[in-house]
Amino acid sequence: MTPADGAAPLLALERFCVAYGRVEAVHEVSLNVPEGSIVTILGPNGAGKTTLLSAIMGVLPARGGATFRGAPLGRRSVEERVQDGMSLVAEKRELFVTMSVEDNLRLGGFRRRGTAAFDEALEAMWRLFPRLDERRSQLAGTLSGGERQMLATARALMSGPRLLMLDEPSLGLAPLIVKEVFRIIAELRRTGVSILLVEQNARAALEAADYAYVLENGEVVLEGPAADLRQDERVIATYLGIKSVAT
Amino acid sequence: MSRAVSIPALVALLAAIALPLVPGVPTYWITVASYIGFSGIVALGIVVLTGVAGVVSFGQAMFVGFGAYTTAILTTRYGWPAFATLPVAILITGTLAWGIGAITLRLKGHYLPVATIAWNISFFYLTGGLDFFRRFDGISGIPPIAIGDFTFTSGGASFYYLTLAIVALLVVLTANLLDSRVGRAIRALRGGVLAAESFGIDTGRARILAFVYAAVLASISGWLYAHFQRAINPSPFSINASIDYLLMAVAGGIGQIGGALLGSGIVTIVREKLQDVLPHLIGTQGNFEAIVFGFVLILIFQFAPEGLMPYLRRLGGRLSRAVSPERPVVAAPPPARLPPERGTEVLGVADLRKTFGGLVAVDDIGFTVRAGEIVGLIGPNGAGKSTTFNLVTGVMPASAGEVRFLGQPVQGWLSRRIARLGLARTFQHVKLVHGMSVIDNVVIGAHLDGHAGAIQGALRLDRAEEERLFARARAAIARVGLSEYEQTIATELALGQQRLVEIARALAADPVMILLDEPAAGLRHAEKTALADLLRDLRESGIAVLLVEHDMDFVMGLTDRLVVMNFGSELAQGRPAEIQRNPAVLEAYLGSAA
Amino acid sequence: MTLPPLRGHVGLRAEAGRGPSREVVPARVTGTALDLSISLILLQDGVVNAAIYALLALAMVLLFTVTRVIFVPIGEFVSFGALTLAALEAGHMPGTAWLLVLFGLAAAVATLWAERRNLTTRIWLKTLGETIVLPAAIVGLVLLLAPLKPPQAVQVALALLMTAPLGLYMYATVYRPIAEASVLVLLIVSVALHIALVGLGLVFFGAEGSRTTALSEASLALGDLVVSGQALSVLAVTAALIAGLYLFFERTLIGKALQATAVNRLGARLVGISPAFSGRFAFGLAALIGTLGGILISPLTTVYYDTGFIIGLKGFVAAIIGGLVSYPIAAAAAILVGVIESFASFFASELKEVIVFMIIVPILLIRSRGALVLEDEE
Repeated sequence: MTPADGAAPLLALERFCVAYGRVEAVHEVSLNVPEGSIVTILGPNGAGKTTLLSAIMGVLPARGGATFRGAPLGRRSVEERVQDGMSLVAEKRELFVTMSVEDNLRLGGFRRRGTAAFDEALEAMWRLFPRLDERRSQLAGTLSGGERQMLATARALMSGPRLLMLDEPSLGLAPLIVKEVFRIIAELRRTGVSILLVEQNARAALEAADYAYVLENGEVVLEGPAADLRQDERVIATYLGIKSVAT
Repeated sequence: MSRAVSIPALVALLAAIALPLVPGVPTYWITVASYIGFSGIVALGIVVLTGVAGVVSFGQAMFVGFGAYTTAILTTRYGWPAFATLPVAILITGTLAWGIGAITLRLKGHYLPVATIAWNISFFYLTGGLDFFRRFDGISGIPPIAIGDFTFTSGGASFYYLTLAIVALLVVLTANLLDSRVGRAIRALRGGVLAAESFGIDTGRARILAFVYAAVLASISGWLYAHFQRAINPSPFSINASIDYLLMAVAGGIGQIGGALLGSGIVTIVREKLQDVLPHLIGTQGNFEAIVFGFVLILIFQFAPEGLMPYLRRLGGRLSRAVSPERPVVAAPPPARLPPERGTEVLGVADLRKTFGGLVAVDDIGFTVRAGEIVGLIGPNGAGKSTTFNLVTGVMPASAGEVRFLGQPVQGWLSRRIARLGLARTFQHVKLVHGMSVIDNVVIGAHLDGHAGAIQGALRLDRAEEERLFARARAAIARVGLSEYEQTIATELALGQQRLVEIARALAADPVMILLDEPAAGLRHAEKTALADLLRDLRESGIAVLLVEHDMDFVMGLTDRLVVMNFGSELAQGRPAEIQRNPAVLEAYLGSAA
Repeated sequence: MTLPPLRGHVGLRAEAGRGPSREVVPARVTGTALDLSISLILLQDGVVNAAIYALLALAMVLLFTVTRVIFVPIGEFVSFGALTLAALEAGHMPGTAWLLVLFGLAAAVATLWAERRNLTTRIWLKTLGETIVLPAAIVGLVLLLAPLKPPQAVQVALALLMTAPLGLYMYATVYRPIAEASVLVLLIVSVALHIALVGLGLVFFGAEGSRTTALSEASLALGDLVVSGQALSVLAVTAALIAGLYLFFERTLIGKALQATAVNRLGARLVGISPAFSGRFAFGLAALIGTLGGILISPLTTVYYDTGFIIGLKGFVAAIIGGLVSYPIAAAAAILVGVIESFASFFASELKEVIVFMIIVPILLIRSRGALVLEDEE
């Protein structure tokens, strides 16, 4: 079964493989992200989640089928994929740490500099992330972990993406901030952006998502609507974890 | 690295010996062949320095100049015989190279090559500007090399054979060196400084050694050159010549001994032909071969960064034996040190603290690990586990606190010093040396059990010690169950097997304690089970084990005690069953939803 | 029998032939004791040279931070810029025309090869326009104007127009295909390119040196010291260029995009700043600065086809002192290099170069003390 039957997927992967030299990190993954949905990828450390997102973004070369908005991605470069409407918030955030918050945001809209959409997007970001608005001229490197995550997300949104990929958005954040991050994810969906979410915090991810894939050793071992997976024995045992072991 | 004499090498040697004997060969070609030998010696040094140690120098021609000027001055002004100046040239060059290396080699990648440009240019102007070196006119009247009444005349067969003998000797010495304990230390640089240091290798020293070795070879070449030319001036030792040498090594294939000679042969002959042909073709004056060589070097890096040797290897693949020599199987030697009694404290950490700027990465952590015990360090990403690991292993200094190893305070020690006490480790991102076999990688772990230096290695006086080290490595490989892969290139194994190779390398150090950084990451279920069995086996033998891990199932079933970290500080400590019930841990792992 | 084949290196040998007496600024006073007025003259010489070294150092820092390329051939832009202006002044067609056409062709081939998988009409037109039509147009313009001996400002503009685009073509041909290679590989390639360019310089400009007329013949007397108009124009142009660069980096989004690439390459790609865009821009800018350096220095000294290398290296020493990343330290170090060189040429003119290049040693010593021994691979 595919998520949200009927709608043409925004992103479709078909037997998608990524390898580092001889070591294959992602093996024949098939995956769909329908328009307007939140899809999450769960899995243990080293399962290939970050590799998968990097390859979708074009940072790493991949084999197999990948189409975005109906057109094959082929060998399009990272920058062309940004132009096409993809955006990735990487696990390490990749901010311009010696530059101001505002410069980081402006650079996020580099591909559409000088347009009205650029100015509108900038205003929208200040509204969506008031904490960033307060810190406009502060250097990105001096922000707290949560603020960095917000800045990275806002910067990614500045290019006006159709698909936003988030790699471990709650990584290393205090529980309270994690809540805030997921609130923003939910809010983004209402603006029409589709989201592909990689997350260690399986519980929060399954709460937020419509559909989920479980990746282990580079392969999809389980998939289904997020609500179903929350009840799945294996998922509970492995990812919602300690609790079941403890009880 | 292959030490076996390959058939193509023998054929090349025989052809080189036969060259002057072919009737009608013009002296011109014997001269060209001598030049190939001179530059081949320099390129051989570059193979060790750049191809193996990964250090780039644009100053090799300067070291050639050291050798040439030393003998020129000693023979013309002080009447020394030619052969007597060779040891002096080697000594002077070696000392100067050591000094230059000590200044620059500790710096990050690109400083050294840049500094060598400055050194080389300074040498050029120094020799060109001082009367002592006879300025740009140079020194002439250098006597030929002679033994008794016999004179090696330039351009004649005798000088050619002398050159050939020296080249052959240096090739053998270089091959021996690379296949020795010191050679492995130099090769280990490519697997990362961290890994090498954690097995007791002084990487700074290994780099300097490679630098000095390459400089000495260049100096020998300069000595030969001076007595061949009988006159020298600064220009053959300019930065341009240095770049030519680099081109030779790169064109042939910078990682391989044969590549050095192949490259110098090709470059020398091609230059000779270009100098004949190009001016006629183009019809003006110019330094056309420099243009051609410049662009050829660029094209090599764009299309064949490995050089030509690998292609030839493939063509003649069946002729050459590329495997490591078989070594006699001897019984595993007795352990280098006796394990401490089960239950004694091996690692003690108290109030350990690390701050980066204002950020507290590790906040007053304390725990102990005893002999025959497996302790797990767990926590979410960014909790400070890796930093703790780095503090304990001496990768970075702690801001405050105490680390004791076998009762000895070790905070502030470098990794390689701590390693001597019997601490071995593995890495989260596998750090094995590319292109090296499993056994060669694992024997690096036994580095501290040996003492042979570069000279012993080059002269093969280290065989008994080598056998012991290899026996230790072989036993370690057998213990992790990879015996059938001993000769396989380590980085071509599956990830799970590479992790086992790392554990074998740690075991080859005969450690009191092993630190494992996420050993189960990326392993399949069966592999995890096998790994857990192996770790239990290690515990049985009295080794202390500390592991950082994410996989809860793995940790819970295996460890004796757990330390849970969150935001740099300790969240809980205790037996796995207690940790599973600890409310603070549940909260941190499951978020407020729990 | 031809002479030993191994050692035919022209670059520095030619220099050797001319002897070590060539100096960027001729030592005007020798054999006298150092007094205040001589000190002031030496200081002035030093500062003027330093301004040019500073420009080159800034260009190198810019290129290194954005593309990780240590751009050794910047010295050739100095030589070529000066020699182009000299040829124009003499009413000749500069040899640069050939270089421009040749490198344009090479860039066309390299670019079309790199884009071979998505060759649209737009890419064809854009590439051919930039690499074939543009050089042809520039050469045509020079053919038209050069015999007319236009005013100096036009000559300078033409020299810039002919020389600076070479930077773009070199990027497309030499560096772009290996943009992801290690710093060391990029450095080796830079040095190889330098060697090839020096060879080409000899072919297209000949072994003769040239000197151009001063940009300004005026002079200014400050007490004992007479400051030449040329010295003042060098300082003025340098100051203006530094101010311009500052504004470009601080005030424009493209300038910030270059900075962003320097700070975080992956981050820059993720927001759609392509490395090729930044690379082209940085190379174009560096080539422009290098050429300008050559134009500024050409009235001060006789420039040969290989003079630029040594001048570039001094800029380089300054850039290294700044760790290849700091603009202000590099600029300050350039002044140090210029002044030390100037005084060294008074006290020990034979060893001037040695002294200048050895400045790097204590700097490296200081840096090495703070360096982490356990620095891991890049």
